[in-house]
Amino acid sequence: MEIFGVPLQALLSQLLLGLVNGSFYAMLSLGLAVIFGLLNVINFAHGALYMMGAFLAWMGLNYFGVNYWVMLIAAPLLVGAFGIVIEKSMLRRLYQLDHLYGLLLTFGITLMMEGLFRSFYGVSGQPYSVPDALSGAFNLGFMILPKYRAWVVFASMFVCFATWYVIEKTRLGAYLRAGTENPKLVEAFGVNVPLMVTLTYGFGVALAALAGVLAAPVVQVSPLMGANLIIVVFAVVVIGGMGSILGAIVTGLALGVIEGLTRVFYPELSATVVFIIMAIVLMLRPAGLFGREK
Amino acid sequence: MNRKIAYALAFIAALAVPYFVYPVFLMKVLCFALFASAFNLLLGFTGLLSFGHAAFFGGAGYMAGYAIRSWGLPFEPGILLGTAAGAAIGVVMGVIAIRRQGIYFAMITLALAQMLYFACLQAPFTGGEDGLQGVPRGKLLGALDLSNDLAMYYVVLAIFIGGFALIVRTVHSPFGQVLKAVKENEPRAISLGYDTDKYKLLAFVLSAALSGLAGATKTVVLGFETLTDVHWSMSGLVILMTLVGGLGTLAGPVVGALIIVALENKLGDFGNWLATLTSIEWFRTLDESVTIVTGFIFIVCVLAFRRGIVGEIGALFKRALPSRAA
Repeated sequence: MEIFGVPLQALLSQLLLGLVNGSFYAMLSLGLAVIFGLLNVINFAHGALYMMGAFLAWMGLNYFGVNYWVMLIAAPLLVGAFGIVIEKSMLRRLYQLDHLYGLLLTFGITLMMEGLFRSFYGVSGQPYSVPDALSGAFNLGFMILPKYRAWVVFASMFVCFATWYVIEKTRLGAYLRAGTENPKLVEAFGVNVPLMVTLTYGFGVALAALAGVLAAPVVQVSPLMGANLIIVVFAVVVIGGMGSILGAIVTGLALGVIEGLTRVFYPELSATVVFIIMAIVLMLRPAGLFGREK
Repeated sequence: MNRKIAYALAFIAALAVPYFVYPVFLMKVLCFALFASAFNLLLGFTGLLSFGHAAFFGGAGYMAGYAIRSWGLPFEPGILLGTAAGAAIGVVMGVIAIRRQGIYFAMITLALAQMLYFACLQAPFTGGEDGLQGVPRGKLLGALDLSNDLAMYYVVLAIFIGGFALIVRTVHSPFGQVLKAVKENEPRAISLGYDTDKYKLLAFVLSAALSGLAGATKTVVLGFETLTDVHWSMSGLVILMTLVGGLGTLAGPVVGALIIVALENKLGDFGNWLATLTSIEWFRTLDESVTIVTGFIFIVCVLAFRRGIVGEIGALFKRALPSRAA
């Protein structure tokens, strides 16, 4: 069977790959949005921390023989702790200043982290094999569905919606949303806002690390994997606008799929299609698809 | 008065220095100094953080390099064409990016510049990963042979002075005052009746054109153009130069460019020195990991040194002469 001259099999597999990439975009832009909401900082280091998550998974396996499932929990915790150190020691000093300094600081952190990983591991990627339980594929009749890819989409969707639920439907989330609106008032009510800010940053970067561990078997684990991704994620954030959690998730997934489809129908544009969409959205709806103008 | 003396001394020093220091290094410094000054016009004097200035620098470099090498254009129209290309990219990026403010502006310029990077990576005329090689320097006005480093140096110096003078003039002009108003308080400037979007776009395009001039000149000086110049790390580097030297000061970006270019050139020696000093062998690899050092300087500047070198010196003078500052 063919659609527009493309075999259905190829189309569906690219669609799935798009969904996988879209899941990563969704998780990363979700973390960026949560951090930006409370800290007013665009975390450039998000890509580097994603890379760190993937590397921790790889190191865990190669140096300590720790398997994928343990690292799936351990890597986000470690990176989250690292993020808390960054927030407490550096970011905290910049809240009174122009937001741009937060971006510049995290950019510097990105350069340092990437440089360090590069000086030890070079630029070529390290392979990380799919865990045994998830190797192989389902045969759905009309397409082959690799188990691991299905797992990535499922796991990241689960995490995204759990985050959405916590922020929109629970008491903790209510504090968080209130802190986003008016931190001074929330603090006056006896909520420890600085602690909340620290933990939010830790959580946001832990999400990035989780995405990194999930990505490790799909892409090659390399020091450069984060930098290329973060710029696309920035474009995703601009397209979706940072006002809404669901918006970030939906935009991330949708752009992943669009990118996948572009790879089938017009491969030359697949690297730039997200940026083109960003330009169009900015011309038509500057606040982003789900954004509110502040 | 002091300022005039300082400019005169700097000019004399610039004339004499190629007799003591390798001219190609100096030309590189001048190109980056112009680039950083053009960037500072936008960040330091208009308050717009562009994370995509590599697009103008590299885009213009490719345009000039291709025009001179493949179309056989002489030096002057080649450089002008490169500058025009920088300005044109600036118009397109500016129109899209000034629709959002602050942090979004930075992200949008970064994304658009990345788009140009991918375009350069794929386009046939850029030579892809190998870059554009063998751009001849040619002759100035068909007479002065520019393959002589010393002659080329004085031409680059003239280009730099021209560009720098334009920036100084812009900052002190009524137009520059409006830009300052936009930086300090944009809603107020709007309420005073200024169409701030128009001013911001104009500043953006001017900055892009001057960055283009710097990029085109650098391509001709070195004789090649590679993807490094359109990569986001180049946008980061120009921010760093401006930050180290001093945001919103005229001399700052020049000082910053000198320091960063020198650092990149000398990092290997410095690493070897550190290795012999501390006997940690890892330092010997330092010149391959420039980004660690630039990242570190970034962090230090943002946390502890936000005024930059020239800004700190200026603040020292103000403290020493409180009567004049008041």
